[in-house]
Amino acid sequence: MFRYIVRRLLQMILTFFGATFVVFALMFANQDDPVQALAGEKPVSASLREALTERYHLDEGLLSQYWYYMSNLLTGDLGESISGREIGTLLEDSWPVTVRLSLMALVIAAALALGAGVWSAIRRGSVFDNGILAFTLLLLALPIVVLAPVAQWIFGMELGWFPATASRNASFYALLLPALVLATTVVATQLRVTRTSVAENLRADYVRTARAKGLAPRRVIWVHVLRNSLIPLVTLIGVDLGVLMSGALVTEGVFNIPGVGSKLAQGIRTEDGPMVVGFVSVLVIVFLVMNLVVDLLYAALDPRIRYE
Amino acid sequence: MTDIKAQLDVLPGLDPRAPLLQVNDLHVEFRTRDGVAKAVNGASFWLNPGETLAILGESGCGKSVTAQAIMGILETPPGHITRGEIRYRGVDLLKVREAERRRVRANRVAMIFQDALSALNPVYTVGFQLAELFRVHRGASRADAKSRAIELLDQVRIPAAKSRINDYPHQFSGGMRQRVMIAMALALDPEVLIADEPTTALDVTVQAQIMGLLAELQRQRNMGLILITHDMGVVADVADRISVMYAGRIVEEAPVYDIYARPAHPYTRALLESIPRLDLKGQQLTAIRGLPPALTAIPAGCAFHPRCGYAKEPCRQDPAPPAYAVAPRRTARCHFFREVLGE
Ligand SMILES: Nc1ncnc2c1ncn2[C@@H]1O[C@H](COP(=O)(O)OP(=O)(O)OP(=O)(O)O)[C@@H](O)[C@H]1O
Ligand code: SF4
Ligand SMILES: [Mg+2]
Repeated sequence: MFRYIVRRLLQMILTFFGATFVVFALMFANQDDPVQALAGEKPVSASLREALTERYHLDEGLLSQYWYYMSNLLTGDLGESISGREIGTLLEDSWPVTVRLSLMALVIAAALALGAGVWSAIRRGSVFDNGILAFTLLLLALPIVVLAPVAQWIFGMELGWFPATASRNASFYALLLPALVLATTVVATQLRVTRTSVAENLRADYVRTARAKGLAPRRVIWVHVLRNSLIPLVTLIGVDLGVLMSGALVTEGVFNIPGVGSKLAQGIRTEDGPMVVGFVSVLVIVFLVMNLVVDLLYAALDPRIRYE
Repeated sequence: MTDIKAQLDVLPGLDPRAPLLQVNDLHVEFRTRDGVAKAVNGASFWLNPGETLAILGESGCGKSVTAQAIMGILETPPGHITRGEIRYRGVDLLKVREAERRRVRANRVAMIFQDALSALNPVYTVGFQLAELFRVHRGASRADAKSRAIELLDQVRIPAAKSRINDYPHQFSGGMRQRVMIAMALALDPEVLIADEPTTALDVTVQAQIMGLLAELQRQRNMGLILITHDMGVVADVADRISVMYAGRIVEEAPVYDIYARPAHPYTRALLESIPRLDLKGQQLTAIRGLPPALTAIPAGCAFHPRCGYAKEPCRQDPAPPAYAVAPRRTARCHFFREVLGE
């Protein structure tokens, strides 16, 4: 186990440098005027030009530029955005609400997927099962860029059930609608996977044994079948983290939530190179760490997995 | 050492003096898209305490389905019990409410399955799966359940039980896994144990060890054992009586010695002739010709007639042959059993 974690950490370091280098290179290399590229469309004053050249070592080669940037980043210095604000502070301000939003979305999606997926699997072919099938197909067909504004309009404005926007310190309730919208990006596949996996496990021999042991159906399903069915679901959640991140970008934009996603979207819109590179680098780290956690969770669920 | 109260509470109306287990005229069918498969068609047999009854028959004749019906773990749908009784100590289990039925399982009637690797839950330790029984059925504390689980593993002679309790099924060898299954079935001290081909998945030496262990535990506890198999060689040493099953019916039923010496049903005879025998080495092995009937279209009259060397006109007509009393405690469903016996 220990060796596995060490190996995974080494892999993560490689992936981290690979991914950040690509983003960095896209932002800085292959530009006629890297300073202009950093600052976007805006005109660049001579002093800003000098400051940016200095800061990003633009008079040196790309690799050493990357090296300087990374050594700053890894010592916690993300630099300043074009608008002159500390990127570190921007991140600090924006991550809590994003984490809350994503966690809520993840929990909502997983709870729905589990509840409806298990019930569908038990009642295969029932009205409920077919209804759920139609519902998931609908969700799969609706991209979040459509769903988010539509949900905001209907539930936030027309019906007024939820606040239409949310602030940095938004309450649980204010984040509920955006979280529901964000959850739709992952719930459909999670639900299908749960249903398939539970249905398969219900036919397994160990279920027959559990029933022969005189266990109640509830215990057979929620203790014996579920733990086995969770294995593919957890794998999927690992993949879904990336989906949630890109979904958060759209959701935060639409609902005006000042989180990491909307800051990043803003950075992209204003072509704020340093900010985009800084944010993406941190997101890459978060993604990698979360994936490691998911993999370890996977091992905890399935003892047959040996990490050597 | 067993909780007397727990035993008495299992099922109201149990009569300790009534026969241990009696299956009467059991019918089970599977309603599938391809039609109704009549898997069990009037199986009847009984079991006494301390006795081993072997149920023997070709693959697909309804042995496992009968066992599952007794346990009450048939998959419904598609499986339905359409007729018959399963009396345990006088109480017809088919008329008992599901909650009470559940208490009978494992407590009074337990079962072990053929393939212990797939029959055990892969993601829980064997300790958890054993302790679960004490926790659910006896309300035992975690620590108490665990120590009882260790005791059980000791009883089925798994070395280093104390540490192995934390291992997962895949960490055991095939034979050890089957011992875990046996421990699990015997945990709550049942009176009836159904073993559905308990050694088929194991190699020969391990088979003998497991059968030996089963026989020993049965003797100690005076348990009734139903041993399901399609291997006549296995049952010769351990069984007291044999019920031969064909197309969902018991076609012959006799003490083990009599059946080996003089089978009364042509099907039993054919089964006996199909075991390779050391003294007949080199001779052609006679497999039974033809195939068992499709359960969706069981032949009229005697279901065995298309494959039977003794078949005559009455065999092809309904009703099917009744259970003729061949001798005391011995029946055969063949119109011409005298001829088969060679009388
Ligand atoms: N879940 C099920 N759905 C549909 N049909 C079934 C089901 N279970 C059993 N059957 C039918 O019942 C018949 C008898 O099956 P059973 O498992 O009792 O045979 P068996 O005597 O135990 O054979 P084997 O020696 O191969 O274990 C099978 O041929 C099958 O067609
Ligand atoms: S009743 Fe007829 S067909 Fe059936 S076993 Fe006897 S002789 Fe054969
Ligand atoms: Mg079987």
